[in-house]
Amino acid sequence: MSSEKTQKEMTDEAMKQFYDFVESMKKSLGVPMVPDMKTGDALWVDQREITLKFIISVNKIRDFFNALADNKFITTKCKGCGEIYFPPQSDCPSCKASDMEWVELSREGTLLTYTVINVKPYSFSHYDDYIVGIARLEDGVNVTAWIREKDPNKLKVGMKVRIDIVKREPEGYLTYELVPIE
Amino acid sequence: MGRKVAIVGVGQSKFGSRNDVNMAELTWESIKEALNDAGVDQKDIDYFVTSNAGGWSSEPLPAVIIAEYAGLNPKGTAKVEAACASGSAAVKLAHDMVASGQADIAMAVGVEKMNESPTPTIVEFIGRAGNYFWEFQNFGLTFPGYYALYATAYMDKYGATEEDLALVAVKNHYYGARNPKAQFRKEINVEKIMGSRYIAWPLKLFDCSPITDGSATVILAAEELAKKLTDTPVWIAGIGAASGTSNLSKRKGFTSLEAAVAAANQAYKVAKIDPEAPIKYFDVAEVHDCFTIAEILAYEDLGFAKRGEAVEWVRNQETYIGGKIPVNLSGGLKAKGHPIGATGEAMIGDLAKQLRQEVEKERQAPIKKGMALAHNIGGTGHYAYVTILSLDKV
Repeated sequence: MSSEKTQKEMTDEAMKQFYDFVESMKKSLGVPMVPDMKTGDALWVDQREITLKFIISVNKIRDFFNALADNKFITTKCKGCGEIYFPPQSDCPSCKASDMEWVELSREGTLLTYTVINVKPYSFSHYDDYIVGIARLEDGVNVTAWIREKDPNKLKVGMKVRIDIVKREPEGYLTYELVPIE
Repeated sequence: MGRKVAIVGVGQSKFGSRNDVNMAELTWESIKEALNDAGVDQKDIDYFVTSNAGGWSSEPLPAVIIAEYAGLNPKGTAKVEAACASGSAAVKLAHDMVASGQADIAMAVGVEKMNESPTPTIVEFIGRAGNYFWEFQNFGLTFPGYYALYATAYMDKYGATEEDLALVAVKNHYYGARNPKAQFRKEINVEKIMGSRYIAWPLKLFDCSPITDGSATVILAAEELAKKLTDTPVWIAGIGAASGTSNLSKRKGFTSLEAAVAAANQAYKVAKIDPEAPIKYFDVAEVHDCFTIAEILAYEDLGFAKRGEAVEWVRNQETYIGGKIPVNLSGGLKAKGHPIGATGEAMIGDLAKQLRQEVEKERQAPIKKGMALAHNIGGTGHYAYVTILSLDKV
């Protein structure tokens, strides 16, 4: 697989070809109007572009992210009713209270289900195909994450997995993944 | 409950890759058809609800684009979003306005122009339709991926195979081939489906509904007016709506969409349908087959089949015409196409025509009981709407 082009490279090449074609059509027609390759329908190609990169508050759950650096996987528990929330949240909707404590989650659990993402979103298209699974940890909460395995046939529903804190490359940030332990 | 409400007009554009029209032109196709079907003019519409998911298309305010182009100004409008169930949400809101007396005639207009963006952008946007921060940001799930999680769990629990899933697509393409407004009008076989590439293992290309441009419109009127407008009003007998957790990890299990069960039970209660034996009431149903596995889950979530039994139904062709209950005679999302915001109106509109016995002969269900059901799911069970239609006023 590694000698083949990534999905991102293939997409970028196809898009570059298309936009080169748009530029040549624009030169000859004076407007960015191109024919649909299949039907010949006239298409206007946007001359404006937008980049979406969000800035999101994690203020009330910052401890979760700080703990990853200490190799700890923690979440919030309501002091009132004892409910454990994952993903962590700073308010308990049943108690209508915000008196939460941070607790360490069990690092072992059972695989509930999994899939391979073969056709990837553009922002994930630089990765090889990856497996995403959902596991139920021993304390009862479920966690969605990548599974450290490339072949889905080596996995099965009900197998034991553990949570590892890992650095996601090439972005270089801490996250967590599921690791089969059978 | 309020006033009784009936569908008096429906319209649908041809679904597919519609680069021959812009969003307004595409929407006008279904609005015009629905106005003509109802025999009303724009001035008779008191309010219209627009359903659209958007993101991939250029116009951020589709409702006003439509209002101007279709001659609907100065009628009030708003856009609603319930992901792939936006259309059913629009029908519910239009229904509620008429039922409550806020409007005598209200219209639900759905449109999606997905092909304004390249496929990778669409995959990106749909993948984000769940919990963006916890499930997409780090793990890059896709819409097929979310449903594949359900497929893996279902196949493991009940012994269903990839070939079983393929049979759903075979059926829906069979009927899509008989619907002139469907995106795919070709029958396919199990071999072809099994030979298609994986999109999100175990789901393959032909397990997935396509990227679609399309619009659909439903016009609703209050009882007295409905009877004047048409000899065959199709009554809204019940609507159920429910939501599911944004994080898939917070679901109790992965072999059923809890929101769909809740929505069905609500709708059954309003329409006085025995939830233990719902199929005896219906001539035909449209269910949300964005992926083949989704149709299998729907049979069980609606209580049509018992848990684990839907796969047997598929093997025995129980949802073809002549089986226990025909499902997705429009071709379903799989073959008719799935223009996200227009899918709900298209399902409900096609069922109204089924009950009126006006669809193409080869895909017309025998109408004996006079009731039909639409099951429309937004996201991966994030939103669920079940709408029950009836020729008799319930």
